[in-house]
Amino acid sequence: MRLPSGTYSVDYAKDMAIVRTRTQWGLLTALLVFLVALPYIPVIGGRYYLGMINTMLIWLVALHGLNVLTGLCGQISLGQAAFMAVGAYSSAILMDSLGWSFWATLPSAIIMAALVGLIFGLPALRLKGLYLIMTTMAAQFIIVYTVVHIPALTGGGEGMSVPLATIGGMVIDTAQSNYYLIMISAVLATFLAVNIGRSQMGRAFVAIRDNDIAAEVMGVDLTKYKLLAFAIGCGFAGWAGALWANYSQVITQEQFSIWNSLWLLGMLIVGGQGSVLGAILGCIFIRGLFEAVSVIAPMLGGLLPGLVSIGSIGQVLFGLVIIVFLVFEPRGLAHRWAIAKAYYRLWPFSY
Amino acid sequence: MTEFLGFATSGILVGALYSIVALGVVLIFKTTQVFNLAQGEMLLIGTWLGWAAIAWWHLPIWLAFIVALVLSAVVGMVIERFVMRPMVGQPLMAMIMITIGILSVLRGISLYFWGGPTQAFPRMFPAEGLQIGALSVSLQHLYAAGIAVILVVLTYAYFRYTRGGLAMRAMAEDHQVAQSVGLSVTRGFSRAWMLSAIVATAGGILLGSTVGVDFSLSDIGLKAFPVVMLGGFESIPGVLLAGPIMGLCEFLGAGYVDPLVGGGIGEIMPFVVMLIVLLFRPYGLFGYKTIERV
Repeated sequence: MRLPSGTYSVDYAKDMAIVRTRTQWGLLTALLVFLVALPYIPVIGGRYYLGMINTMLIWLVALHGLNVLTGLCGQISLGQAAFMAVGAYSSAILMDSLGWSFWATLPSAIIMAALVGLIFGLPALRLKGLYLIMTTMAAQFIIVYTVVHIPALTGGGEGMSVPLATIGGMVIDTAQSNYYLIMISAVLATFLAVNIGRSQMGRAFVAIRDNDIAAEVMGVDLTKYKLLAFAIGCGFAGWAGALWANYSQVITQEQFSIWNSLWLLGMLIVGGQGSVLGAILGCIFIRGLFEAVSVIAPMLGGLLPGLVSIGSIGQVLFGLVIIVFLVFEPRGLAHRWAIAKAYYRLWPFSY
Repeated sequence: MTEFLGFATSGILVGALYSIVALGVVLIFKTTQVFNLAQGEMLLIGTWLGWAAIAWWHLPIWLAFIVALVLSAVVGMVIERFVMRPMVGQPLMAMIMITIGILSVLRGISLYFWGGPTQAFPRMFPAEGLQIGALSVSLQHLYAAGIAVILVVLTYAYFRYTRGGLAMRAMAEDHQVAQSVGLSVTRGFSRAWMLSAIVATAGGILLGSTVGVDFSLSDIGLKAFPVVMLGGFESIPGVLLAGPIMGLCEFLGAGYVDPLVGGGIGEIMPFVVMLIVLLFRPYGLFGYKTIERV
C-alpha cells in the first residue's frame, strides 16, 4: 500500500493497522458521526429513506456473512436467506413464547443459525463446487418447508407477529430506534468482517477457496475451517434475521425465499467477491436499484403497453446487471474503486 | 395395494416429464460444463411462445408446436452467443451466477408479457382415464410420458449414432483436445443450447397441455436438478431412470408421509432424496467419478 510521505511503519502493530493517517481517522470519524446523526438530517432522515436504509443495513449484515462463506472460503451458498429465516424465527419464538429479552434472543438466534448452518455445511466436507451448491439449495427449500410446517411455533404460511424488543427499558418500536440498533449491528458486522479477512482464519479460508487440496497439503485443517466458514456465514445471517424480525414486526416465509438468497449472491457479484468494501457497494447498488425500480416502474407503465409490474422490470434489470458485471467487470465495483483510487494517487502519471 | 399402485404409476408418469426437463440440463452440462439453473425459465418461455402461437397468432396446433420449437431454439442460440460465449473458461461461481442472471431476465420477460392468470392450453390428448383392473391411469399423463421417453431416447441416439453427436461427446471429454482435432467447439456449444431449449419447450408444452400454463411451470426446473444429480451430470440414460425414480419418491412421499406431517412433503422430497444421494454417491447413478489433482 502506498502511504503519504512521513507515514512510517515503525512497529508491527502500525504495519498491520487499517486506519493509519490523520486523514483516514478523520474520514472514519466523519462517517461514524454521519451514521449517528443520520435520522436528524432532513429528507434522508425521513421515514421513507430511513426505512430504506434500515433494510439495506440488515441485508448488509447477511451479506457480510455470505462474503465470508462464499467470497473468502469459496463455498457457494444458495441458502443464505433460509439461514436468515432460522435467525428471525428463533428470535421471534424465544421472545414470543418464552418471553426472553432481546439481549438473550439475539445471541440465541445467531447461535441457532450457526448450528443449522453447521448441519448443512457437513456435506461440504465431502463435496464441493456444483454438488455443494445443490446441497445449499436443498437447505433453502428444506428450511423454508420446515418453517411452514410447524404452525404451532411459526404460524405456518400466515407468518407470525413479533413482540417489540426492549433494550434497557427502551422499547424499539420506531424506525429511528430500530435504525440505531441496526446501524450499530451493521457497523459491528463490518468491523468483524474486515478483521476475519485479515486474521489467520481468513487466510486459511482464502487458501481453501483457491485450492482446497493444496491448502490441506500446506496444513490447513479443511474440516475445521470449512465448518467454521459455514458457522460464521450462517451466524451473520441469523443476526440479520433477528434484526429483520424486530424491524418488520411480522415475519412470513416469503421474506426468506430463494430469490433473496439469489439477490444476496448478486450483490456479492456486483460488489466484488471477498471484499468487505465490495459487499457494502454491492448492497447499496442492488438495493438502490430495487428502490429506483419501484419508483420508476409506475412511470414506465404509461410508456410501455401491457402490464408492467415492478416485479418484471426488477427481475429483468437484476438479471441484466449480473450478466453485465460478470461479462465486463467480474471483479466488481470494489475493483473499479481500487482502480479509481490508484488513478487519483498517481495523477498526472499513468503508472 | 391399488392405492399404492395409483401413487406409483402417477409418480412414474410425472417423473418421465421430469426426465425431459433434466435432459436439457444434462445436454448443456455434457457439452459446455455449465450447469444451467435457468432451465425451468427456458421451459417457461418456450411454453408461453407455444401458447402465444396458438392464442395470439391463431396457428393450428402442429404448426404452433413447430414455431415454438424454432423460436425457443433461437432463444437458446442468442443466450449462448451473447451471454455464455464471453464467459468460457470462467470459474464456477461466475458460471452459476450468469445462469441465475439469465433466469432472472427470462422470468422478468415472461412476467411482463404473460404475467396474468393461468391460461389453458388446447387439449392435445384425450382427457379420460384408462382403466386397468382397479387402477385408473390418466391418458394425458400416459401420452405425455410416452412422448417424453421417445424424446430422451432420440437424443440419446443422436449422441450415440450420429457424427454431430460424436463430436459433441468429444467436446464433453475435453474442449482443447476436441478443438485440436478440428471440431468447432463454439458451434457445439451453440448446438447444445439450441437442443436444450428445444427439449425444454417440448417438455413444457407436454406439461402445459395437462395442467395449463402459468408461472409455477418454471418450478419444475427446480425439480429437475435433483433428477440430474441422481442420474449423473453427464448421463442421458441416467436421466431416463432418475426422473421416474424421483417422481416415484415424490408421489409416494406425498401419498403416505403427507398425512403424518400435514402436507407439502412432495415439494421437498426430491431435495431430501438429493441430499441422501449427495452423501452416499455424489456422482449419481451414471455420472463420471472425477479424480482431482492439484
